[in-house]
Amino acid sequence: MQQRTPIEEQIDLPFVESLRISFQSLKIRFGRSIITTAGITLGIAFLVSVWMNNEIGIALQESGRQTTINTFEETAEQGISTKDIWLIIMSLIVCVVGIANSMLMAVTERFREIGTMKCLGALDGFVVRLFLLESGFQGFSGALIGALIGTLGAVLLGLKDYGLDLFFYFPLLPASPEDGPMQLGVIVIILLGCILGMILAVIGSSFPAWRAAKLPPAEAMRTEV
Amino acid sequence: MADIVVKTEDVVKEYRMGSNILRALDGINIEIERGEYISLMGPSGSGKSTLFNMIGALDRPTEGQVYIDGQNMSQLSQKQIAAFRCHRVGYIFQSYNLLHVRSAHGNVTLPMIFAGISEKDRNERAEKLLDMVGLGDRMYHLPDELSGGQRQRVAIARALANDPSIILADEPTANLDTITGREIIDLIKRLNLEQGVTVISATHDLKMLDVSDRIVDIRDGLVERIRNRDEIEIEVGEVGGEGH
Repeated sequence: MQQRTPIEEQIDLPFVESLRISFQSLKIRFGRSIITTAGITLGIAFLVSVWMNNEIGIALQESGRQTTINTFEETAEQGISTKDIWLIIMSLIVCVVGIANSMLMAVTERFREIGTMKCLGALDGFVVRLFLLESGFQGFSGALIGALIGTLGAVLLGLKDYGLDLFFYFPLLPASPEDGPMQLGVIVIILLGCILGMILAVIGSSFPAWRAAKLPPAEAMRTEV
Repeated sequence: MADIVVKTEDVVKEYRMGSNILRALDGINIEIERGEYISLMGPSGSGKSTLFNMIGALDRPTEGQVYIDGQNMSQLSQKQIAAFRCHRVGYIFQSYNLLHVRSAHGNVTLPMIFAGISEKDRNERAEKLLDMVGLGDRMYHLPDELSGGQRQRVAIARALANDPSIILADEPTANLDTITGREIIDLIKRLNLEQGVTVISATHDLKMLDVSDRIVDIRDGLVERIRNRDEIEIEVGEVGGEGH
């Protein structure tokens, strides 16, 4: 038993221990994790489909193969219309708000758990790291699935609009034609979608987790959701 | 000279509720000796749980000082406070506060993970502790698969994980029926006697009376009186085994 010895400093846990605890937590809370991840998937799927749809449109117009779709005047001149920019911005906002909301809820309902972990000797940094790992993993996998769903949606829509021409001029890789707007290409959009989803999930969860970890445990455990 | 393990000096705790300030503790002075079994008693809202939080470094007093093992808690760094919670104190709560995603065994090993104990040693110790509280056969069950009494036993095993010198129990029997509550009290008392652990329990369960060395009555954020063992025994006869 400890007697009147000075109180030492708490040790930092090895990274692998945090990794193990966070994966265990994701596994056991599988159903809840899926719902949170689905929030991220939906946000990214929406953003990617709008963005990609626009990209496909530009690529096919550039190739002069655009057929049935109605073009706006601006589209012909600038490649991307104000309406499209508006749509992309809107979908980005929906995506940011949706993901932030999912992560915030997922962390808030675990304030008590955070308080309890601190009672058992967890450092603030450890708690934040745990949520960072969990949300990073959820963010990446959710965003990847979302980006693929979004791509599929945009391809289906493209098939409807352009028919099989779509596949001849499919904007897989980035391109910057001399007389047209720069095109990011499908692969880059998927990658950006994944990174964005992951960053939003990590910010959305580690910020409230950091706030909860800073609270005295008694207060964190009192929090009712 | 008595070996004082916990000492509070004019501890005040205020909560801000909108524009009102609620004074939950109004200058508490108590001293607790090593190896004692102390019950903090008082009605709901008397401030006993707040005092419990102050002693356990779960919250900071607005004014005044708390000394544990002669160490002024307000002077500790965050890392020292975490180490204090990890090594020196074991907490038991009314609502168990087990992590629902971890099995009984996983709950007991967690404080040992924080303490940096090797996997082999912590598994062995968790098995030993769960055996001791009578859950040797339910070690890998999740908390949701256990009864209230069993959950509280897991919490007790977890509280003992890093061999603390103080057990803090906040209404440990409030969610349990009389018989299960009695068993939990007996278990805590056994730890107090056999391992010399200081037990500080916030409670209004009268069954706690006959195991306590001293009872600190808290009312309106102040120590109303402190009763010793001999005074308690008379009163236990009077209440005639009444319990919650």
